[in-house]
Amino acid sequence: MMSEGLLLSSKKSAKGIFNMLPVLLGVVLLIGLVNSLVPESYYHKLFGGNYLINSIIGSGLGSVLAGNPINSYIIGFKLFDLEVGLVAITAFMVAWVTVGVVQLPAESILLGRKFALWRNLISFVFSIVVALLTVFIVNLL
Amino acid sequence: MRKSEKSPAGWYFLLGVVIVYLITALIKSEAIASALQSAWNVLQNVIPILVLVYIMMVITNHFVTPQVARKYLGKASGLKKWWIALIGGVISMGPIYMWYPLLKDLKEDGASYGFIATFLYNRAIKLPLLPIMIFYFGWVYALVLGLVMMAVSIIQGLIIEKMEGKIL
Repeated sequence: MMSEGLLLSSKKSAKGIFNMLPVLLGVVLLIGLVNSLVPESYYHKLFGGNYLINSIIGSGLGSVLAGNPINSYIIGFKLFDLEVGLVAITAFMVAWVTVGVVQLPAESILLGRKFALWRNLISFVFSIVVALLTVFIVNLL
Repeated sequence: MRKSEKSPAGWYFLLGVVIVYLITALIKSEAIASALQSAWNVLQNVIPILVLVYIMMVITNHFVTPQVARKYLGKASGLKKWWIALIGGVISMGPIYMWYPLLKDLKEDGASYGFIATFLYNRAIKLPLLPIMIFYFGWVYALVLGLVMMAVSIIQGLIIEKMEGKIL
């Protein structure tokens, strides 16, 4: 028989999940819309500036797009074939999974607006830092 | 019931998204079908994770009392907090937004924002997808990227923790 404590925890958790459902549905719908409005064939056209600009573009693109990270690897590899630099590609792939413009409203509602904004802003900057460090170390090895 | 649980913000957000869809339908109606199909594909992947998150929430709500959260995940809990955030973030599955309710519960129980930030950053390290990354970019790149991201996640956690109580 379920203990009273466990029953309370189950109810509290169910309430938490239920409260999250409109946010979850909103995020999923937004992801669908972004995926539909920004076709993959368009991504490589954004790159073309210098090393740093491309990294910022990569990070910005990764921040806006969302979905399975495998997609970011595949797109990243395609960009690599199109001679977009590895720093920009890494910034793109890191931002894809660490920065979430689409998820920002959900994060703000559930974890606090200031936290969500600052966390995403710092993650955006760090996606470029991570890219620079990673490529630098890989080139050393 | 806590005040935040009564908030209609989530429903306003969903309403806002529906309005965006309606506006898009007026401007570019052909995009709606593929957007809904894409959203449905995402939703199908998300539902099993939702069950997992629910189970995790029951476990943490049952065992992680505010005292435990403050002791192990709070601002003063030291090194073990970073290890928990790092390992927890790496092994957790599914999209990042699925974990917000659990983290919200932990925050309300006393976990620090630094812990949450580090956990969320490590969500980006996807062990099941590692072979795919190695296939595309090689194991040296995949390994270095993973290690750099882990190190940066701690730095981000420390920065956020410094901001907590001041800016946040």
